[in-house]
Amino acid sequence: MNVGIIVFPGTWSDRDCEFALSSFKNVKSFFIWHKDSIPKNIDAIVLPGGFSHGDHLRAGAIAQFSPVMKDVSKFNQEGRPIIGICNGFQILCESGILPGALIRNKNLKFNCSFVNLKSSRSRKFTSLIPENKILKIPISHGEGNYQADNNTLNTLLENNQIAFQYCTESGLINNHSNPNGSLNNIAGIVNKNGNVLGMMPHPERSCSLDLGSEDGNLIFKSMIKSF
Amino acid sequence: MIDKKLLKEIALSEPEYLKICELLNREPSPLELGLFGALWSEHCGYKHTKLLLKELPNESDKVLSEMGKENAGVLDMGDGLKIVMKVESHNHPSAIEPKEGAATGVGGIVRDIFAMGAYPIAILNSLRFGPQDIPRNKYLLNGVIEGISTYGNCLGIPDVGGEIEFEECYTTNPLVNAMCVGIIDSKSPVLNAKADKEGDLAILVGADTGRDGIHGASGLASQSLEEGSDSRSAVQVGNPFLEKVLLESCLISGKMKGIVGMQDLGAAGLTSSAIEVAEKSNLGIDLNLDKVHTKEEGMTPYEIMLSESQERMLVIIDQKSENTFLKFFKDRDLKANTIGKFNKSGNVKIMHMGNEILNTPVKILTDAPAYVLSDKKPEWINNIQKYIPSSNKINDMGKILEMILKSPNISSKKEIYSQFDHQVQLNTIVLPGEADAAVLSLKKGKQAISISIDCDSKKCYLDPEVGASMAVAEACRNVICTGATPIGLTDGLNLGNPEKTDVQYQITKTIEGLKKACLEFGIPIISGNVSLYNESNEKPIFPTPIIGAIGHINDYSKAVTASFKNIGDKIIIIGEKIIKDDDNLLSGSEYQKIIEGKLSGSPHIDLKKELYLQNSLLEIIDNRLINSAHDISTGGLSLAIAESCILGGVGSDILLDATNKKSVYFGENRSAVIVSCSPKNTKKVSEIANKHNIDSKEIGVVTGNNLIINQDINIKVERLKSIFYNQSG
Repeated sequence: MNVGIIVFPGTWSDRDCEFALSSFKNVKSFFIWHKDSIPKNIDAIVLPGGFSHGDHLRAGAIAQFSPVMKDVSKFNQEGRPIIGICNGFQILCESGILPGALIRNKNLKFNCSFVNLKSSRSRKFTSLIPENKILKIPISHGEGNYQADNNTLNTLLENNQIAFQYCTESGLINNHSNPNGSLNNIAGIVNKNGNVLGMMPHPERSCSLDLGSEDGNLIFKSMIKSF
Repeated sequence: MIDKKLLKEIALSEPEYLKICELLNREPSPLELGLFGALWSEHCGYKHTKLLLKELPNESDKVLSEMGKENAGVLDMGDGLKIVMKVESHNHPSAIEPKEGAATGVGGIVRDIFAMGAYPIAILNSLRFGPQDIPRNKYLLNGVIEGISTYGNCLGIPDVGGEIEFEECYTTNPLVNAMCVGIIDSKSPVLNAKADKEGDLAILVGADTGRDGIHGASGLASQSLEEGSDSRSAVQVGNPFLEKVLLESCLISGKMKGIVGMQDLGAAGLTSSAIEVAEKSNLGIDLNLDKVHTKEEGMTPYEIMLSESQERMLVIIDQKSENTFLKFFKDRDLKANTIGKFNKSGNVKIMHMGNEILNTPVKILTDAPAYVLSDKKPEWINNIQKYIPSSNKINDMGKILEMILKSPNISSKKEIYSQFDHQVQLNTIVLPGEADAAVLSLKKGKQAISISIDCDSKKCYLDPEVGASMAVAEACRNVICTGATPIGLTDGLNLGNPEKTDVQYQITKTIEGLKKACLEFGIPIISGNVSLYNESNEKPIFPTPIIGAIGHINDYSKAVTASFKNIGDKIIIIGEKIIKDDDNLLSGSEYQKIIEGKLSGSPHIDLKKELYLQNSLLEIIDNRLINSAHDISTGGLSLAIAESCILGGVGSDILLDATNKKSVYFGENRSAVIVSCSPKNTKKVSEIANKHNIDSKEIGVVTGNNLIINQDINIKVERLKSIFYNQSG
């Protein structure tokens, strides 16, 4: 699988994503500058974390106008896989590829720490996550508070689009385990079609036990297997 | 004769002005005077410290840079890999506008690192504030944290460690020191802040030059802050996004054909940047100010030369490559213009609106005076060094422990470091708060570095020399506690007004203390920064020589953290035996501050024994004999054990001799480390300690849910946790 990692000015998870993907045998990653188009041989897209265009105005607000986003949109329409991580999730929401919005953390502070995640297993990006497995993956954001109107939330629930929810170590989904005030503890969602995942936690950061967890690999593995 | 008010504004004294007239053989023009003010400022010219700093050891077989000649120090890590590091202060800007002051402090030190051609891989902070019950101090703390968080997180450089102290003396004059570490791989060159030859060009890249930050170096950093002074325009405003773009672009340009050198624009802006490069290169330079891209029209040459606008870099190139470089930066949406050309004249020539407006020898501009400081010990220091025996009536050792644990100097800093991205770049093997130092993988086999930044200012207040030696010892000990061999130091010296004789004594002794410890440990100081004129209510701050240490680990699977790991592990103290009833152990301790409310006595360190301890610990960790290591520092032995319990979520049962309980439990002035190990390893641990001529003693076992020390302390670890993490309300 050839994975294209989109690089905006201000992106900083690009090399981390490349590093995490480098452990998979049949994956090759390529950086794609935001002014360029997506090459034909690319099978999956990663929109990595960072502060694209300085997050001026709002996180992800300017990146949606970067030239490469036209191709990203087309990529989505073709049903091909896209993962937006952190700033990438924000860009996907800003550009309307995913529903909802990410606003400032409830306590108005940036938060970098490990969180626990419960996943819905039936979707492509989570297919290899064992049942009842609680994932340990870090977050690192100031604007990760997921919000949506009631209709959107209902649609997400009906279509099983909520991919990840913040929970306690034992799997309880409550206020205590919600690091940023997100609606229903939502940490990540997929689109209706299941080919686009947006998530605030950084799976690429939990790619090795040396770094405290390798749970993030399960998400990349699921993607490689499912698409 | 010159106006005194003007001299004060640019922070030059009357004798200095007369000296300038003598050197020039005429009176300086107003623009020249501005340049002298900047280049002869304390910040750029090190007037009060350069004679002393020369004495510091700065060489070893690993040091590749010449002290003071480059933007940062360089260490050879073998196989072509190099580490670059430096600490820098941004105290006065942060006192006036904490968020922007701290943010641009981070920006400045990061530029110093990538100007060397190094990719920045870690930031650390060393911060000092006044008590938090004073609203202004709280505002300063929150602003500084927000500034570091906003700027650092945007750059994608992990903030992996640091330290904070709260003391009265930092009220309204916080200390904001940031350290940055960078890496140069075997395929990339080390960039120098130099031109090679006549004809080389200076390209100014990055932000527009504006009216912000004028007189930052001379006015702000080289004078005491005055109550109610409005110096806000002297504080720069940062744009971390631009810095990130500049960082990535400069590092690529550093590998392009035709690159000669790089120098960032920091304090005193273009003045220090361009003129100091000319000086180091033994060349002259012609500067054309009409080519400088500015934020607004009509800026005067004075403003352009002294602006401290952030996110600017001077890229020095061979003239044949001019078009390639200009196009490269333009393609990356960065403004870039050729503003200078080096020549053999030895003069700085400045052109503005087509006219030559200045032509002055570089050597005169950069030849700042060097002052000899008094080393006469002030009477008040003699007085505070007389130890006042403990007078309080609290005899419940558990209660004292809880009171000290609650002190903001000791309790967890999680609330702060969780606001900093500490994991980006995927090198952070040991997270903040887990060990005595940060551990970062070098992504080269199992190689790693360990970094710590330290200073115990209360000890420096009582005895500047011993306190400075202790700062070196603690920084080294902390990296050693993770299993790393210290290979280099960077120093950030923060002190008061050097025109006062008692501060002169403090400066002299501080540097002497650093020197003694470095010589004893055989470790060089490879870069540094001096910040003077730090005063609160007209009183100098405690001398605060902040030491950043870097250590090398061959195999990070051997790295050790501070938490107790396994029930049944034995707890051993390695290090200096307690001299019976030695009250002086409490001199300058957190106990004195919190319980007695007054600091007194003579802190003490035996540098030889400290070195033995460090060497023994390195060997013990290298042999994978222990499961945790935590040094005895602020709070003393009982706090060190309590912290290992809190981090491990497990209790311990300790039995030790304690005739003078307060000294034994809370005394700090001893070189010692608390380790835990499997029972089968205890013998080997003590054998290695013995071999290194250092004492070791088994004092307890990891067990249960309580911290128990003799009959004196018995507290649930859950309770300690809630105090430490400030969850008790």
